[in-house]
Amino acid sequence: MQTVKMVITGPFSSGKTEFIRSISEIEVVSTEREITSTAEAKVKDATTVAMDFGRITVDDDLVLYLFGTPGQRRFDFMWEILAEGMLGFVVMVDSAKPETFREAKSILETFRAYAPTPYVVAANKQDHPDAWAAEDLRIALRIEENVKLLPCVAKDRESVKNVLLELLYSILEEMES
Amino acid sequence: MPLQGNLRNFSTTQLLNLINLAGKTGTLTIFEGIPTGEKDAMQEEKMAPGAERAKVAFKAGKLIFAAMQGQDGNLVSVLNKAGKLTDDQARIIRERAKNTSDKALAMLLINANYVSQNDVINSVQQHTLDVVYNLMSWNKEPFRFEDGTLPGSDRIMVPIDLENVIIEGSRRLREVDELVKHLPNLDMALKFPENPKEKFQGINLSVEEWRVVSFINPKNTIRQIAKANNMSELEIRRIVYGLEQAGLVEMVKPPSVDGKPAPGTPQSRMQQRRQQAAKPQVQRAVVSKLIDKIRSI
Repeated sequence: MQTVKMVITGPFSSGKTEFIRSISEIEVVSTEREITSTAEAKVKDATTVAMDFGRITVDDDLVLYLFGTPGQRRFDFMWEILAEGMLGFVVMVDSAKPETFREAKSILETFRAYAPTPYVVAANKQDHPDAWAAEDLRIALRIEENVKLLPCVAKDRESVKNVLLELLYSILEEMES
Repeated sequence: MPLQGNLRNFSTTQLLNLINLAGKTGTLTIFEGIPTGEKDAMQEEKMAPGAERAKVAFKAGKLIFAAMQGQDGNLVSVLNKAGKLTDDQARIIRERAKNTSDKALAMLLINANYVSQNDVINSVQQHTLDVVYNLMSWNKEPFRFEDGTLPGSDRIMVPIDLENVIIEGSRRLREVDELVKHLPNLDMALKFPENPKEKFQGINLSVEEWRVVSFINPKNTIRQIAKANNMSELEIRRIVYGLEQAGLVEMVKPPSVDGKPAPGTPQSRMQQRRQQAAKPQVQRAVVSKLIDKIRSI
């Protein structure tokens, strides 16, 4: 049995768990804990302290695992462990929270340094009225033109499929180059 | 979709750069920040938008209008401030032309030989720039950019290229801390973006800026460029900040910063092998299978 791994990363509350939940065939093995900090609790009720874990079985010989990283910096010691051997990664950005853009860019750079694998940026929460458009995000985050920046709604399976497919196309392109 | 946020997270220069690069048309409104007592996603105090403090309008990525709350921005005051009308002339014109729009008033003043067309254009342009340079030092106010919204057609709007505004505005940013925060590591290098010729067209750089530009090469650290030009850390930070915000240069890690050995050396080949080992050994067929599977979900 061959297993391959993709990592879903991004700042706190950017929608990583929801992204995996939308596509995983198993109930996401989430290590979410109730939030103790009052401020964070206002943003969401539970947060990922180690990782989320989803699975997509292709056939008897091949399984894809999706790993979601904890978004808070205090758990970043987990990131490098999760990044090891990944096929590619998705950086989730909450398009409606500009205060997290700098953090998203920093996480992106950190993961790029871990491994030279293809990646895409998902401009999540595009259904939110305050969401910045994907092309504005590209400029704000200084994402190069050759990097895919995809509009995304993590709770919508089709949108999640599109992000994963675009990442896989990038992986294919890199293999062929 | 409107762009909204707080200047604390996304500065005025970054906003101007975005509007310039995206060629946007619309109006940026900056509000007084009212603390809500809540924290945002980055644990900073959340600010709700209060009263309007400034409005800046753009057309196809060019600055065309700016007004500051509490500042008289009508044409008579602008010409008076620029020394084109005396205080007495301004007072009399204000009294006689109370309900005349700026555009109509400009025509009257030009026809009456009070001022020339150039006086009007230059004074309005200077007023717009003064407002924008002023608000470039703001760093905690909520903002909102509305696509497609423009001031009334009775206003005189003089298009101004944003690249020069960003550079000049950055020159005026005297906040050393801000510069250090933005550029903490002088051991980074600089490179030109794609199409540098296009970006440098029509840009007015100072002699110092050109001196820095002439040393731009991913192998030269910013510190080395400063040394070669006999510049202080603050001077080089200020120049690099301006160039970067205007999108004329990009920051890169030189080989020495991240410990990356020079290409072609035994160390580089060893690192390449290590990276190859870290990469999963996945075949093309496996990726194709994954694609088929995800398409079918």
